[in-house]
Amino acid sequence: MEWFETWGLTVTVFLPVLGALLLGFIKKDNEDALKRTALAITVLAFIASTVVVANFDFGGGTYNTYQFEVNETWIGAINANYHVGIDGISLPLLVLSTFVMVLAVIYSWNHWEEPKNPKAFLILMLILATGMNGTFVALDLVLFFIFFEIVLLPMYFMIGIWGDKSLRQVPGFSKPFETRLYASIKFFLFTLFGSAFMLLGFLALYFESGNLGDERTFDITQLTELGASGAFAGWSVAGWVFAAMFLGFAVKVPMFPLHTWLPDAHTAAPTVGSVLLAAILLKLGSYGFIRISLPILPEEAQVWAPWIAILAVIGIIYGSLACLAQTDMKRLIAFSSVGHMGFVMLGIATLTDIGINAAVIGMVAHGLITGLLFFLAGSMSHRYHTREMARLGGNIKLMPVIGGILAFTAMASLGLPGLAGFWGEFMSLVAAYNPLEGLSLGVFRTGMVLGAIGTVLTAGYMLWMLQRVNLGEPNPEWEGHDFHDADKFELTAWVPLIILIVVIGFYPKVIFDTTTDAVTSMVDMVFGGDSTTASISTTVKGG
Amino acid sequence: MNWINHLAILAAEEGGHVEITAGDGGFWGDTAWIMLVTPFIAFLAILAVGKRLKHHGGEIAVAALAINLVWATALFVLNMTEGVLDTTNTIEIANIGSGIVFELGWMLDGLSIMMYFLVNFVGLLVFIYALGYMHGDVRVHWFFAAFSLFAGAMLVLVGAPNLIQLIIGWEGVGLASYFLIGFYWEDIANVKAGNKAFMTNKVADVGLILGAILVGISIGHFDFRHLNEAAVAQDPALAAVAVAGGALLFFGAMGKSAQFPLHIWLPDAMAGPTPVSALMHAATMVTAGVFLMARMFPLYQNFLEDSVRPWMVAIGAITLFAIGLLALVADDIKKVLAYSTVSQLGYMMTAVAAGGYTAGLFHLFTHAFFKALLFLGAGSVIHAVHSNNMSDMGGLRKFMPKTFWTFVIGSAALAGIFPLSGFWSKDEILATLNYEGYVLVMWIAIAGAFVTAFYMTRTVALTFFGTYKGHGHPHESPRIMTAPLIGLAIPSVLFGLVNIPGVEIPGVSNFTTWLGVSVVGLGDHHAESIDITLAIIGSVAAILGLVAGWMIWGKDRDTQQERDWFRLPGLYPLLRRKYYVDDVADGLVGVTMGPMAQFVNWTNTYVFDGIVNAVGGATKWLGGVVYNGLDQRGVDGVFNGLSAAADSAGSSLRKMQTGKVQQYASGFVAGVLILVVLFVFVI
Repeated sequence: MEWFETWGLTVTVFLPVLGALLLGFIKKDNEDALKRTALAITVLAFIASTVVVANFDFGGGTYNTYQFEVNETWIGAINANYHVGIDGISLPLLVLSTFVMVLAVIYSWNHWEEPKNPKAFLILMLILATGMNGTFVALDLVLFFIFFEIVLLPMYFMIGIWGDKSLRQVPGFSKPFETRLYASIKFFLFTLFGSAFMLLGFLALYFESGNLGDERTFDITQLTELGASGAFAGWSVAGWVFAAMFLGFAVKVPMFPLHTWLPDAHTAAPTVGSVLLAAILLKLGSYGFIRISLPILPEEAQVWAPWIAILAVIGIIYGSLACLAQTDMKRLIAFSSVGHMGFVMLGIATLTDIGINAAVIGMVAHGLITGLLFFLAGSMSHRYHTREMARLGGNIKLMPVIGGILAFTAMASLGLPGLAGFWGEFMSLVAAYNPLEGLSLGVFRTGMVLGAIGTVLTAGYMLWMLQRVNLGEPNPEWEGHDFHDADKFELTAWVPLIILIVVIGFYPKVIFDTTTDAVTSMVDMVFGGDSTTASISTTVKGG
Repeated sequence: MNWINHLAILAAEEGGHVEITAGDGGFWGDTAWIMLVTPFIAFLAILAVGKRLKHHGGEIAVAALAINLVWATALFVLNMTEGVLDTTNTIEIANIGSGIVFELGWMLDGLSIMMYFLVNFVGLLVFIYALGYMHGDVRVHWFFAAFSLFAGAMLVLVGAPNLIQLIIGWEGVGLASYFLIGFYWEDIANVKAGNKAFMTNKVADVGLILGAILVGISIGHFDFRHLNEAAVAQDPALAAVAVAGGALLFFGAMGKSAQFPLHIWLPDAMAGPTPVSALMHAATMVTAGVFLMARMFPLYQNFLEDSVRPWMVAIGAITLFAIGLLALVADDIKKVLAYSTVSQLGYMMTAVAAGGYTAGLFHLFTHAFFKALLFLGAGSVIHAVHSNNMSDMGGLRKFMPKTFWTFVIGSAALAGIFPLSGFWSKDEILATLNYEGYVLVMWIAIAGAFVTAFYMTRTVALTFFGTYKGHGHPHESPRIMTAPLIGLAIPSVLFGLVNIPGVEIPGVSNFTTWLGVSVVGLGDHHAESIDITLAIIGSVAAILGLVAGWMIWGKDRDTQQERDWFRLPGLYPLLRRKYYVDDVADGLVGVTMGPMAQFVNWTNTYVFDGIVNAVGGATKWLGGVVYNGLDQRGVDGVFNGLSAAADSAGSSLRKMQTGKVQQYASGFVAGVLILVVLFVFVI
């Protein structure tokens, strides 16, 4: 086990990409072998991550101490190291990533979209897995950046090759584009645009750290230490550096108004692509805020927090309203992510332990719930060959199982208490009521009220979707069609998600036991304690 | 020190004298959690195997509530005979930082025990009735599954030791309600009724959630024990948020308990099968708001007596009178009962808001039995004549004697006729209003009593007297449906006796005592002995209503359909249009949400995406210029990369796979290098 204590994370991260290499040696038409190998690899990666959980020391330590840490020299010339490690904040996200990947492979089993080619698709998925897992454990900015960017290419190809082939007229352009091309390029360029600035931010931190300490460093732990001690406080361009990193992360989240790649990419992507995008890729951005922006530049975070909160709340309202105008079911689900990630970002912007906790559980819940919604949307459009809600209806009559699961997931998505989605939303409102001391109460409390109103809108579009898709009499055009209800691969992929949504809903401790210590000590260390602690210490004498 | 003792001492310090003993209910108390769990087990079991059973899972649902009723009755009796129970058991489900902890658990005190009994007793009878009523209907297993889900959520709600669990149960019952209102979802109208219920409640829930956050965060605890202790102790932190928090929580309560103008969902909720209306939209779920106000009573009592409470009383008074009037013009028998329910909820809310903790809860208690009875009776009638409309009924007393007699008992209880249960609870409300100085509201409540008797007489006359105007040959419902009617008629008659002011039954503590005597010490000024004058005035109002109703609808039995003379100009259209509240609400949603959504979508496509596309197009153009004008060498970093990307949008996939990405990558790297160089030099 000692070996695993050191290399466990490395195994979890690189197993998939090794699997991708392995798949390269399997013949293209040997679909079974390809699928089995891919499944074996993702299951192994998932097991590796659960072994990490099993050996994780939940009692804590203070922030900025990591477990399963490896720190080896990598590119000596620029002092970039292979530094990975995990703490209570990244652990749930890593497990989410390895877990959803297994489900994605299972689902793919009999859901190949044109032009099929399972080999290429599986290889891309495995590369994607390495990128995502790596981002959550990287503790060196260069390493982080590389993992963050690795994710781009497979997703670009997934959308561009397996995506929606319909033509689409883009305003301002005379020729129609193929949707998949438009969406994939938009996704790629948007993210690249953000990443370029993010990298600039990283480089600036690198150079500045040299001015402060003895050696320039990309190391997140060292930079965090500098940041928490206020070393970057007087830095004249700190605001610009925060802004640069903000762009990188905000595009990924995505935050209003940088979100417009998302509806296109999600809608055009093949089902598994949408699932992975929603479940994990979006979290890379919000995770970046928590892991990098906040601890390293806490003073700037406090300056920017109200603006982030404002954008987050606009995102909540805007995303929900946009949902109400959609005619395409998948696009509606895609837009719902803008709203849900708005809650995550509102939580982060409060800079409190409760808020960041809300963000982490919100990320996990959104991953499970929206992932499941995209699975369902995919399976439905696979059967109906349309996503137009006007043509659907009475789905629950035609396919009771899929319809039932859709109803369940829609309820989870609208934040029904008792299911996973509730905690993130509720707690980010709790946090917004009492943000970090010094932050504008007016902004955050207004945000709390608007966010709460956003939950009403969320309920509105989800019920509306159910009404149009699931309920009523089926559209006469489907008469005589023999729709097969959920098959065993679909159920194998979905049931675990359903169980987790319920378990986290009723017993969120499974997440908070991991995160709370890390988050609390982070806020203590970086922001010098949390404002709510002060008010709570004046509580009534116990009973 | 537990809450009740604490309050008792405080009350004693204020000169009150209170004798209480607090217990934990022994075995029954320790295992009371079973009640909160069995319905969920039933839910899952019915979904799993319900279809294959004889009653499609109805037997599982009934069994679950039968088990529950054993516990509920045991606790009820213990609480009544051995002294008030007062314990809370919780497990932690989350520690979210800053010392805030979320817990789930179950509470045992007078209020929760009353609700356990109510939900399980009425629930069980309604479930049994539904075995007959739903027989042969579609998706019966789903009906019983959702019904069990409701029972579970309601028990989670009433057993909640804290606001978090209350919210879980609260939205859980809302969900079950949505499922069951839209039970016949093939018809989109029913789906829309379900949506309306869910959305109206969701709007109100904004108040509940924000109110919970305000009061919970102010003292760092979400549990009622701490909140109520803080309220009693006049905690300054709680005081600071009391007005806003109390008002917001009340707004939440207005949704579930259908207070004007958030009552609009409830009449539409009648789209569900009748047993659903009986249990959820009359007897139990809709009382959740009143329950919450009672649960948080010390907050309102100690901080809000002069600020929020008068508004609450006013809203309750409007609800009880104005919505009661609507029952006069409805033809659908379930709508009559729905408006009546809203009106009675207005009574409860008015009472609790005025400071009548016992009065409001007492009415909640008695109302549950007779209103469930009335709904089930209406269901029995509908079952027989296959129509909801009273214009298709008439003369049914001859065909359905059991239904008729039980319906009459329920109507008389609702109308507040001595000595049925409704008489006692309504009288207590009048006494409370009088005592608290809400004299005008008291007269409104008396007028409401007149209206109640008036419309119930109309309903009974139109349904059971005169000649039958429907089709076919109606017949009495099967015993499985009439037995629950009788089972509910008995408490409708008798349960008023548990709380006759000034009358003590030896060995049994009276309602006020076991409901949580502590709160009395906080100023629940209920009548110490019966107020004869008010009792007489109230009874006269009810009897007048009865007589007036009979004179209009009872005498003229064979021409009952010709009621045009009753259609007062001005008033009648106003009532038929339900004071235009629904129209205004629909209109508001229509004129705001639709255009806003379209506007946002438009902005997204033409502004934000427009910018993105314009940048893409411009870059492509610039790329062309650079390429043609400056050749490929020179400035070919960022722009070339970007333009290549935009360019490829029109080109084929093959190209993309063969090297274009390398081009982007090189463009990207070059771009970054340029920026790095700039950056380093600029700094």
